[in-house]
Amino acid sequence: MFFLNHIWIIPLLPALGAALMFFFGRKLSKSAVSFFCVGLVVVAFVFSCLTVLQYTGWAAAHNHQPFEKIVYTWLGSDTSNLGYLTHSGRAADFHVDAGFLLDPLSAIWLLFVTGVGMLIHIYSIGYMAHEGGYYRFFGYMNLFMFTMLTLVLGNNYVMLFVGWEGVGLCSYLLIGFYFLKKSATNAANKAFIVNRIGDAGFLLGMFTIAWYLGSFRFTQITEVARSGRLSTGDPTITLACLLLFVGACGKSAQVPLYVWLPDAMEGPTPVSALIHAATMVTAGVYMVARSNALFVLAPEAMKTVAIIGAVTAIFAASIGLVQNDIKRVLAYSTVSQLGYMFLALGVGAFAAGVFHVFTHAFFKALLFLGAGSVIHALSSEQDMRHMGALVHKIPTTFKTMLIATLAIAGIFPFAGFFSKDEILWQAWSADNGAYRALWYIGYATAFMTAFYMFRLMYLTFWSPSRVEHEVEHHIHESPKSMTIPLIVLAFFSLFAGFLGWPHSLKGSNRFEKFLEPVFAREATQFDKSGKEAQLAAAKKEEEHANPTEYFLMILSLGAAFAGWGLAKRSYGKAAEGYTEPIAATAPPAYRVLYNKWYVDEAYDYLFTGRRKLGPVRLGAMGAGEAAWAVDANFVDGGVNGAGWTTRALAKLSVWWDTWIIDGLLVNGIAYSTRPLSWLTRMIQWGLVQWYALVMVAGILGFVLYYIFR
Amino acid sequence: MVPISYYLVLSAILFSLGVVGFLIKRNLITLFMSIELMLNAVNLAFVAFAWQWKSLNGQVFVFFVMVVAAAEAAVGLAIIIAVFRTRETLNVDRVNLLKL
Amino acid sequence: MIQAVDYIRVLPEIVLTLFGVAIMMVEGALPPRASRKPLGWLAFVGTLAALAATVYQAGYPGMAFFGMVRVDSFSIFFHFLIAFIAALVVLSSFEYLDAQQIRGGEYYGLILFGAVGMVLMSSAVELVLIFIALEISSISTYVLAGFRRRAPSSIESSIKYFLLGSFATAFFLYGVALIFGATGSTRIYMIAETIQGGKHSAMVFTAVALMFVGIGFKIAAAPFHVWTPDVYEGAPAPVVGLMSTAPKAAAFAVLLRIFFAAATPGWFWPVWISAALSMTLGNISALVQDNVKRLLAYSSIAHAGYLLVAFAAARDIGISAAMFYTAAYALMNVGAFAVVSHFASAGERYVTLEDYAGLGRRSPVLAATLTIFLLSLIGIPITGGFFAKFYVFSAALKSNLVWLVIIAVVNSAIAAYYYLRIIVLMYMRDAREPAPTVQNVSAPLGVALALTVAATIYLGVLPGRVLDYASRGAALLVR
Repeated sequence: MFFLNHIWIIPLLPALGAALMFFFGRKLSKSAVSFFCVGLVVVAFVFSCLTVLQYTGWAAAHNHQPFEKIVYTWLGSDTSNLGYLTHSGRAADFHVDAGFLLDPLSAIWLLFVTGVGMLIHIYSIGYMAHEGGYYRFFGYMNLFMFTMLTLVLGNNYVMLFVGWEGVGLCSYLLIGFYFLKKSATNAANKAFIVNRIGDAGFLLGMFTIAWYLGSFRFTQITEVARSGRLSTGDPTITLACLLLFVGACGKSAQVPLYVWLPDAMEGPTPVSALIHAATMVTAGVYMVARSNALFVLAPEAMKTVAIIGAVTAIFAASIGLVQNDIKRVLAYSTVSQLGYMFLALGVGAFAAGVFHVFTHAFFKALLFLGAGSVIHALSSEQDMRHMGALVHKIPTTFKTMLIATLAIAGIFPFAGFFSKDEILWQAWSADNGAYRALWYIGYATAFMTAFYMFRLMYLTFWSPSRVEHEVEHHIHESPKSMTIPLIVLAFFSLFAGFLGWPHSLKGSNRFEKFLEPVFAREATQFDKSGKEAQLAAAKKEEEHANPTEYFLMILSLGAAFAGWGLAKRSYGKAAEGYTEPIAATAPPAYRVLYNKWYVDEAYDYLFTGRRKLGPVRLGAMGAGEAAWAVDANFVDGGVNGAGWTTRALAKLSVWWDTWIIDGLLVNGIAYSTRPLSWLTRMIQWGLVQWYALVMVAGILGFVLYYIFR
Repeated sequence: MVPISYYLVLSAILFSLGVVGFLIKRNLITLFMSIELMLNAVNLAFVAFAWQWKSLNGQVFVFFVMVVAAAEAAVGLAIIIAVFRTRETLNVDRVNLLKL
Repeated sequence: MIQAVDYIRVLPEIVLTLFGVAIMMVEGALPPRASRKPLGWLAFVGTLAALAATVYQAGYPGMAFFGMVRVDSFSIFFHFLIAFIAALVVLSSFEYLDAQQIRGGEYYGLILFGAVGMVLMSSAVELVLIFIALEISSISTYVLAGFRRRAPSSIESSIKYFLLGSFATAFFLYGVALIFGATGSTRIYMIAETIQGGKHSAMVFTAVALMFVGIGFKIAAAPFHVWTPDVYEGAPAPVVGLMSTAPKAAAFAVLLRIFFAAATPGWFWPVWISAALSMTLGNISALVQDNVKRLLAYSSIAHAGYLLVAFAAARDIGISAAMFYTAAYALMNVGAFAVVSHFASAGERYVTLEDYAGLGRRSPVLAATLTIFLLSLIGIPITGGFFAKFYVFSAALKSNLVWLVIIAVVNSAIAAYYYLRIIVLMYMRDAREPAPTVQNVSAPLGVALALTVAATIYLGVLPGRVLDYASRGAALLVR
């Protein structure tokens, strides 16, 4: 029980590393930095493994309950002076513990966050060796591990939120790691701002739940949700779930808040691998899965999740088809795969969604690290148009990336096949086929995925070389510290899927079974057949024997191979100046895809207020200005005339520009706030007697109030 | 016998005189004396109330207030001298470096 | 009869006075060219002894000196806080006095004498004693404000503080006289009995209003806040650190006693209005400031406003929220001013916002420390400022002060702007040329900063204990 009882040590290990870097990092040598930072993450991983091992033993003896360890009361106190009323009028205590929760769901996240995190830390030793700010990088990475583990292990929404904000902060810091690069700081700001929108939703959802159910604690909320006292389709629960999902959309880059993730690739590649592919972006999935007991009570919210997931999947995949930056292709692929996960959650296949998170963490981290290795080899070249024929020059990178590509394309028996196929099958069969339209979307996405991934492989490794001459001489395989993590990840990309070997292929789907205590009761409630849980397993076996499933499996394999084949035909011999097949056949479609459906531009027009048509600002901010102008005209029009309004409008525009647009980044605040300073100026003249007069006026006011009240 | 309200009204008038003096006079020393006037107006009120409640407390308070006023005078005059050294004026309107 | 235990109940005051007197005597005996540092250490030991005396005193609750002084968890809370602040200020003054080339040992003595007054304010339950304690603390701070004798701004700050301070105290005293006239007593608990007996004459109301002036002046609540920016700008930075926290804490203690323990009626709307005004005026004026000390002065006005929100809230929760807020605010403000005083250098040259540009790169630890204090002043989670605001707002919401909370929340949002501006300047701007030189942080200041950071974070991560203590104090206060 030692490890279980001291579970709080796990997040503290990387926190210690981060603190060391903060205080002493500057003075430490590179080897000392890597020793501490990487070492602590390795210890955290070993600790996590032992903890989970102990948990499985403990759970078997305790009816598969979640394990909770409350370290201390964080908010709220024993005098209960923080009470509030829940919606039913019952007095509830505002109470939040610094508590930790370990159940199969958090165990899975714990294992792959520390595991993949450890590998990426090791990889970074080689990758960052020649970069400035070495200690800063590792400090941030350790801080990220700390916050991510807090997120995963917290036993209530507030802890989860603390971690949630923490990973957001680390993501911001690491995207902007090369802070001298304008594009990097812009990307960091974009990520930060878009995530704030999501966070607002999350916060509102969290407080709605607390108000409605009287607790922040997962176990208590789950208990209430499963008690049967709440009816399915309860509007408040639906609202809360939708708000939570807004948060998930921000963090996990779903339509319409996905725009920050592709830009986030400005950060160093290990960051993209760790934060923006394997771990942080799956936090939204974790949160929704963690709230599964609530979501099953809100079918409308579930439907929304499923539809948003499917739309995101195909939308991002379509953009990924034509991008030329190797990391951007992978970024869109990540968005698309996250869409798959939400699709699974939305149709009620929580275990399938989590399974995809799990396998995806390995192969996507591998793809990013592989891409990093390619970029490293090509002296920081990221454009696939200047790559090619690297297959023999960097063989280890090639082999491992090929495995990952096979996995993500969903080719048997690689990891992605099992998880993706499970999702597609669930989309087909859930609720007696109510979601079948989403299956078609998922299927089309699978084909696109295979195509753009093999496009990447062909352009990078197999097609004739288009590498520039100076660069060509320097091509080299990456150092051991980088290739070993690749090999380890490749191993998992190959075999991790076997954990979820489906019933239909005579497997036992250990993964789903492991997660059953977290999701089981929902599953029975969800298919409304009213059968007992014991019968469900048998039924599943039966269901899976359905010939349709074999047929769908073969279909999706077919799609994967078709995508591969098409990519080979189009890019197998892509020499210097090759043309994109889509550009050749349908130029308008190519333009739209290449410009990412013009979403960034649309947001620019609609929300940022940067776009103007002549003097008129467009979008929401323009509407605000216009409304103000109309108002001013209406009220003062007769008196002051149009000249005044124009001047006021111009003034407002200046005010707006200097305050909101340039906002915090501009120094000229003393000038721009002059309109506000009249108030201060009026009072603070610097004359003693004036001050005394103000005071006397105040006194007279108070005394008169007392006398005449 | 003079009713207590007479004393109180006198005290209020003296206090108000102090306040007005503080507000309109320009010389730092005069300002300071206005404050002394306010304190002494309060002393009068204390004594009057002591008489009304037939308690000695009010009388004793006056001594405390006088002591405090004396301490304040010591510090205040020292500060005023320091002002005169840096500004070479006792006009309160000229003490206006710090504003906004 | 005066018993031995009575002296224990004023032990921190006695200890501080003795150390203060000792400092004044040693100061005279030291040769004129000798360093005054030993006196600083003596003062530091004095504050530590006062802390120890406070802890010891906690075992002897009760009234002392014929019901003039009362020791309970409420006064212990403030004793501890004030002594702690004094210790921090002494620590952060060593380096400052060196940098400004001030050789006056009485500086440390005055800090201790000021602390005596403040400590006495929080435990006195008799209005004339409160007045005397108020004057003890005021007179010391008048002198401290003018301690940079060669700088005209410092002298000006001193004279302004002195004139307006005495002016406000006269009103307070008039209020005391009136309440004495109305109730026949100046002891808070006896006044409470009389007032609960149903005597609500206009005189009581006027007295409360007049007393609110004196206290409102000390805590810098609008419309009695006008002196704050000028005085804070001119006074030596560590003294501002003291002035903006410890006397405020003491004055809040007095205000809590007058309003809640004495159960004086009719203070709700004045406090409401004063709170709203303080927040709004403070924050809006802070937006346009270029001088960091002045900016923090306006910020302290705004914080007084947030604190008054807690006063307007219902009794028990409001009091504990106010106590917690006082502690959290005092710590972060002392810390912020310690950083400012270090950075200001000789003659307080570097106090404008532009001077802070690029500090994040030149002196990362100092900048990070200041950032923590600023984040706490904004009220970002895991800092004490967050919970302070949180408790105050939730207490106010519980008392259905929805509008006041809305005003407060809007104000917090405005406030975030100017605090963040400093952070942005520090981290995202290049230093102007020639860049201000940043000296190394000396050990005592380093200790003071580490303590304040730790305490700020402690209140943000583990607020439970302090809050519970405050709740107990609050419960005792209202009984």
